[in-house]
Amino acid sequence: MARTKIYVPRETAAVSVGADEVALAIAQVAKKNGVDIELIRNGSWGATWLEPLLEVEVDGTRVAYGNVSAADIASMFDADLLSGGKHERRLGPTDEIPYLVNQDRWTFWRCGRINPLSIEDFELHQGFRALKKAFVDGAEAVLEAVAESGLRGRGGAGFPTGIKWRTVANAEADQKYIACNADEGDSGTFSDRMLMEGDPLGLVESMAIAGFAVGASKGYIYLRSEYPLAHSILSRAIETARDAGWLGENIKDSGFDFDIELHLGAGSYVCGEETAMLESLEGKKGIVRFKPPLPALEGLFGKPTVVNNVISLASVANIINLGGERYAGMGVDRSKGTLAFQLAGNIKRGGLVEKSFGVTLRELIEDWGGGTASGRPVKAVQVGGPLGAYIPADQLDTPMDYEAFIGIGAMIGHGGIVVFDDTADMAQLARFAMEFCAIESCGKCTPCRIGSTRGVEVIDKLIEGVDREQNHELLVDLCDTMEGASLCAMGGMTPYPVRSVLKYFAEDFASSGKK
Amino acid sequence: MARIDTETTSQIVKDHNGKPELLVQILQTIVTRFGWVPPETVRQLAEELNLSRADVHGVVEYYHDFRTKEPGKHIVKICQAEACQAMGSRQLTDYAQKTLAMSMYDTENDITLEPVYCLGNCACSPAVMIDGKTYGRVDESRFNALLNNLRGDK
Repeated sequence: MARTKIYVPRETAAVSVGADEVALAIAQVAKKNGVDIELIRNGSWGATWLEPLLEVEVDGTRVAYGNVSAADIASMFDADLLSGGKHERRLGPTDEIPYLVNQDRWTFWRCGRINPLSIEDFELHQGFRALKKAFVDGAEAVLEAVAESGLRGRGGAGFPTGIKWRTVANAEADQKYIACNADEGDSGTFSDRMLMEGDPLGLVESMAIAGFAVGASKGYIYLRSEYPLAHSILSRAIETARDAGWLGENIKDSGFDFDIELHLGAGSYVCGEETAMLESLEGKKGIVRFKPPLPALEGLFGKPTVVNNVISLASVANIINLGGERYAGMGVDRSKGTLAFQLAGNIKRGGLVEKSFGVTLRELIEDWGGGTASGRPVKAVQVGGPLGAYIPADQLDTPMDYEAFIGIGAMIGHGGIVVFDDTADMAQLARFAMEFCAIESCGKCTPCRIGSTRGVEVIDKLIEGVDREQNHELLVDLCDTMEGASLCAMGGMTPYPVRSVLKYFAEDFASSGKK
Repeated sequence: MARIDTETTSQIVKDHNGKPELLVQILQTIVTRFGWVPPETVRQLAEELNLSRADVHGVVEYYHDFRTKEPGKHIVKICQAEACQAMGSRQLTDYAQKTLAMSMYDTENDITLEPVYCLGNCACSPAVMIDGKTYGRVDESRFNALLNNLRGDK
């Protein structure tokens, strides 16, 4: 008889709330009870609020148990866990959990489903099918499919991926590179991490497709050091792919060489900016470069380089499998396809929701998220990381669409959604935006390096009530300078959250710290 | 934590094929194993990688991970970023500083306390990292329990 499969995620969020202890308890209780089980450490399905989420496979159906702790395991076995028995933790079949059912899983469809480190499981779930198809169809077909899909950079800037790839493909050089930006530093974002922990081979495959399409034989992944578990899983996945002949020279007799080097960052936020990341990949300080030249023409070590975020790259395999047209058929206007939204902060049901563009912020926060964790009213939502505006509760009906967000002075960025309840002190959050910029500025340009420190001082005066009108005007002026004259988004967009607080929550400056 | 010796430094440089473009990776390896970069290591790396001391020093100073002071046996990082703030990380930070009777970046009783800006665990805020392991949904009592575990294995 086949051993019963039990899945427990080996994913940072799940592990951070006890998944390793749950896995250990399962092994111990199974041994004690003399039952032979197969314990699989999968990635997370993204319903983080239910972690640790344990699943048992019964007659081909996976039955889920949520918020499981190690202390529950013995009673779960007593309740006939292996047959999907009744227990207070039982949620029912995984594919019937409403949070997961109503998503549009394009990039994350394997995440949670498979054993991330098993090539066999990956290939059973269409793994490397897109790469093989690319070998057959040729580079031009890949470039066309990506352009047709309308995919835009998921790191935050939203630049059309097809144009970037075409530029690199057309550049003449003895060496080109694929540089995957996995320096996911924005607060409220964790989709890169979840993908790398749950479907690392999917990223490997997509990077190889990118290399094949543009003529690059070498890829780099720049992973932030705050993600040690992702590092461990991803390095093993790369080795596994290499051992199976999916990386290296003449991959599967295609005549195409491609390999990946995994680099770690060292705690610098600005290294998520593409040119700072390239500097860091070259072993230097992560100082932003002037553009032009574009990295697509003179990138890593001066060579043409595709710099793409993890999610942009990982979306490509299915674009090749299913066609660019199909991807472009999802979403709205110029925001095609899906985005893996991340529900974070003060939210009842936090996690990852991959959904077509056009879904509203309210649907995400209320229908999926269930409102605030505290049960208090939503005061503000920061979308797109620390450089994103604070959106007031009366604008939650804004659809998730790059242009619609620009229209309200905000940005979608990497899709992180951080919810704050009515106890939030928005003046302190505006101050934090400037303070964070001062801490993380690379120091190359003056508006960012000095403006951020002056910004903290002016906000302190506003909070203290010193010459409020003049300081308000001064802060607006400083925001103009930083926005208009900074070299990159660090200084250029720090004013977004600050301005939004001035615009929607100005009364918090007077009440700050007095609650 | 131990202080890296010259032989180990040379070995780590060799493991990276002596490539100066791998300086960040070399330093990361050193810090992961030894916790910090002593001044004599900066000198040695400059020599072995054929870089100027200013180059190496600049890189060490630039990145938050590359400590230039010896940390305690245990490193406790508390996330300060927005998602964690939304769930009370400022209060948790105040509480930690008070309970441990120390400020951020201090080392006392084998513990170094540091801020961190996002651990990517934003759906389980507030998040804390202790000795490289991330913990989520950390309230004051969980923080105490985690600290007691540390004290247990001193």
